[in-house]
Amino acid sequence: MTARDRTSLAQKAARATPEPVARRIRGLSDRALAWLFISPTIILLLAINIFPLIWTIYLSFTNYHANRPNMNVRWIGLRNYQRILGSEDIWGYLQVTAHFVFWTMVLQLLLGFGLALLINRNFRGSSFWTTVILIPMMLSPAVVGTFWTYLYQPQTGIFSYIVNAFYDFGPLDMIGSVKLAPWAIVIVDTWMWTPYILLLSLAGLRSIPDYLYEAAEIDRANAWQKFWHITFPRVLPFLMLAVLFRGIENFKMFDMVAELTSGGPGSTTELVSITLKRAAFESWKTGYASAFAVILFVTVFGLGNIYVKALNRVKR
Amino acid sequence: MTANTNKAFSVSEASGRSKAIAGALVILYALVTMIPLAWIFLTGFKSPPDSIAYPPKVVFTPSLEGYVNLFTTRSRQTPEYLESLGPPRTWYDKLVRERNMVITGPSRYKDRYVNSLVIGFGSTFLAVFLGTLAAYGFSRFKVPLKDDLLFFILSTRMMPPIAVAIPIYLMYRQLGLSDTWLGMILLYTAVNVSLAVWLLKGFVDEIPREYEEAAVIDGYSRFQAFIKVVLPQMRAGIAATAIFCLIFAWNEYAFALLLTSGTAQTAPPFIPQIIGEGGLDWPAVAAGTTLFLVPIVFFTVLLRNQLLRGITFGAVRK
Amino acid sequence: MRRGKKLLAAAAVLLGFAASNAQAADKELTLCWAAWDPANALTVLSKDFTRETGIKMKFEFVPWTNFADRFLNELNSKGKLCDLLIGDSQWIGGSAVNGHYVKLNDFFKKEGISMDDFLPATVYAYSTWPKGSKNYYALPAMGDALGWVYRKDWFARPELRKEFKARYGRELAPPKTQMELMDIARFFQGRVIDGKKRYGVAIYTERGSEGITMGVTSALYPFGFKYEKTPGKYDMDGAVNSPDSVKGLEFYKALYDCCTPPGHSDAYMVANLDAYKSGQVAMQMNWFAFFPGIAKDPDVGGAKSGFFVNPRQKVEASVLGGQGISVVSYSDKKDLALQYIKWFAKPEVQKKWWSLGGYSCHKAVLNDPAFPQSQPFAADFLKAMGNVKDFWQEPNYAELLQAMQKRVHDYVVAGKGTAKEALDKLVKDWREAFEDAGKL
Repeated sequence: MTARDRTSLAQKAARATPEPVARRIRGLSDRALAWLFISPTIILLLAINIFPLIWTIYLSFTNYHANRPNMNVRWIGLRNYQRILGSEDIWGYLQVTAHFVFWTMVLQLLLGFGLALLINRNFRGSSFWTTVILIPMMLSPAVVGTFWTYLYQPQTGIFSYIVNAFYDFGPLDMIGSVKLAPWAIVIVDTWMWTPYILLLSLAGLRSIPDYLYEAAEIDRANAWQKFWHITFPRVLPFLMLAVLFRGIENFKMFDMVAELTSGGPGSTTELVSITLKRAAFESWKTGYASAFAVILFVTVFGLGNIYVKALNRVKR
Repeated sequence: MTANTNKAFSVSEASGRSKAIAGALVILYALVTMIPLAWIFLTGFKSPPDSIAYPPKVVFTPSLEGYVNLFTTRSRQTPEYLESLGPPRTWYDKLVRERNMVITGPSRYKDRYVNSLVIGFGSTFLAVFLGTLAAYGFSRFKVPLKDDLLFFILSTRMMPPIAVAIPIYLMYRQLGLSDTWLGMILLYTAVNVSLAVWLLKGFVDEIPREYEEAAVIDGYSRFQAFIKVVLPQMRAGIAATAIFCLIFAWNEYAFALLLTSGTAQTAPPFIPQIIGEGGLDWPAVAAGTTLFLVPIVFFTVLLRNQLLRGITFGAVRK
Repeated sequence: MRRGKKLLAAAAVLLGFAASNAQAADKELTLCWAAWDPANALTVLSKDFTRETGIKMKFEFVPWTNFADRFLNELNSKGKLCDLLIGDSQWIGGSAVNGHYVKLNDFFKKEGISMDDFLPATVYAYSTWPKGSKNYYALPAMGDALGWVYRKDWFARPELRKEFKARYGRELAPPKTQMELMDIARFFQGRVIDGKKRYGVAIYTERGSEGITMGVTSALYPFGFKYEKTPGKYDMDGAVNSPDSVKGLEFYKALYDCCTPPGHSDAYMVANLDAYKSGQVAMQMNWFAFFPGIAKDPDVGGAKSGFFVNPRQKVEASVLGGQGISVVSYSDKKDLALQYIKWFAKPEVQKKWWSLGGYSCHKAVLNDPAFPQSQPFAADFLKAMGNVKDFWQEPNYAELLQAMQKRVHDYVVAGKGTAKEALDKLVKDWREAFEDAGKL
């Protein structure tokens, strides 16, 4: 019996069976089964994500310090929020984070899309080399941060050594210099995540049907026109998706930068997640940190909303 | 997808020359990208003084000190004490003695690696188990508020990990789950299940419904149809999802740093702490890093066709 | 589904095994400390304890960079990992108030252990809360202060001595004041000795835990920095940001800018040791705890290194380090732990502790006439302990420390703003912290 035969037979049989019998045949009703399958996941997420979130929101209105569990916990209303939004330090950290997100996106877009265009020429061995380029993306960001500390040592590290082979700058203090440290983290992130943009761009490029180019050939379009009118618009949704996803991840970034620079020198690479970690787990200002966490979550959630809408658009 | 549709600019295949240039540029980028990893691999085989030589040594005599130091704790003794001990019994004893030190016991690296494995596999198993069920539920049944629930599941991934860690830290403290395998497995499962549901739903969506319908007609219950018909066809998808979840749990740092300290600590927070006599023992750190990264490289190669799907939560499939 | 259930059951059984195995040991104590030379010495010393009592000792040593995080976390989570904890002196306030440490007064009385047998400065700093009261929460275990090490062999070179004398009009010798220290550092900065470029000093600049605060206070204290105008009143304005304090902070920044090796922006104990042992710097600041190891070092030990106490400027002052040993109140083996404390307090054990490289605080050791000659740094250690100052030990010290870490690192390493601005901001941070704590 072919699949189609089975289907029509199935439909006939289904129509022919009276309802109560059909239900009994199916055993557990669909409805019950659906809930049985879905609820464990929902319950777990409620317990580990939503309940703590609500607790965090409550804490953000108090002066709770987690290292002093016996202290008198007072409700202080919006004072934590006022302190945070009025603190010029916090705006400084947001600036540092914005600088990081912006430049990583720009560099990764240029490199990733450029590489995709090259790989799409399908030279021999392109899939092997693509896999090689993809490896940094899969590594643990914290471990990457640690070993890049070694690579970035001014005198004993090879980064400085290789750069100086091209032009003698003297030992480059990538991690300790106020000017260079923000770029140090951008470089490592680009090294790790360019493949991400690459993969997505490649998917976009490969989704463009041939006949569009054929038509353009007939109209005697040149390479630039083909790129601008066919290639770019078609790849754009994929690029947007990549930028949104990576942008949000970089906004939340903690592991790699915490290991590489600890937010230093001073606060020049202190991303907001690092500030949050310090406030919550080093100064133990739990209430204050909770308020900050709520603010960050709302920001990311807002951005995430856009991301999901774009996701859905890309799927269609 | 056939080879013919993989074109960018011109209708026919790119010219031989442009292919060669493209190839050269890409290979150049790939090689440059690999330099840091190659350097770390090499550093694992340097002796500690070589690893902090300036200028950096590209040519050096290899030594297994890094790996020995990674797996042992040592203490420095006076030459007289060393004399009194008698000759070294094994090759690693000999290496350590050359630096006037004595092995005092195993280091914690092995334990941390084991923790990474247990927590990684444990949370992956649970996440895939729950995810498979939920994905099937969302795909096949009319679930009220389906899109909202799916979005809710995705949105749990949007919280900065540190923000999630604050209440979890307090919760676990109350429940006695701090620094336990169970606590970490639960947490990682919760984080991974969102990825699992989205990825697996994509896979389930691709399986035609007709097979289950036919099974139901044949007298199987829905549930049995799920087990006998759908699951086997999901094998590849489940495997890919499992590997993605494993990689996440394997690489995770923030939760491990904040919620574990000794018993359940995984490798990522531990590696930066590998203290030698002065400073970080770079060959040992490099060795620990290499051993930690090798499985990931292996899985990356294994998964290379599914990577695109995995990194976009199933939104984009090649 | 059945297979899945079986796997789950197997996993549960395994987890159960793991949990029960953890409790299998008896007559065993776990002592928690930082991972550094004295800890290794303590493991050797503790073998005597095991021999005498049959109680096995397990050790949990964590690098300094994670020490506070790890063990404060442990205490806050009421963890049972540590029976004995050699905690930092600044933890006393929080641990006493939150009930992490067992109060030892009754035990001392019962066993005849008198705090008068220990150096008063160490009792004050490592054991008491509130400060100076007679409530003891720790036994002084490891006396420590910030001192300096210098390349005696370089200082001895005739050509260098001649050049230094010509430039500064005095002998090239361990400095007597902070400003003299900077002169020497400048003298060595960038100098080529034995074919390699050398630098002046290795100082503390670490951002993550407490490094730069410890380093900067070693300059601030001699310049006249005070925490409060009146002790106990938290009136910090005018003390923390006084003109003297500003001068001290500017001095430390000038020292960082002029005379440190490249890449020394996040350095603490181990990085300084590295820089010194690899011959990069002429002087390093570091804890006395490391000096026995430096003296024994094959590359820079013996006659090559000398030691000096933190030089004065307006006043004599050294930064207090050191720890006391406490019994963790969440431990199930408090009695065994107290036995260890009783053993550790014995004068013979304290003498052996010093000989192995641990800094005993016992008067029997420190007041012994042979003590100053027992090691090249012993006399300086005594001098330092005579004028030590510690950071806040309040229960909320972590918040105060983090604020200072940030403000000082921003100014000294990142060059943000002026010294006065940094100290003003610090006063503001500290006021907020004390208001939150209800002290202001």
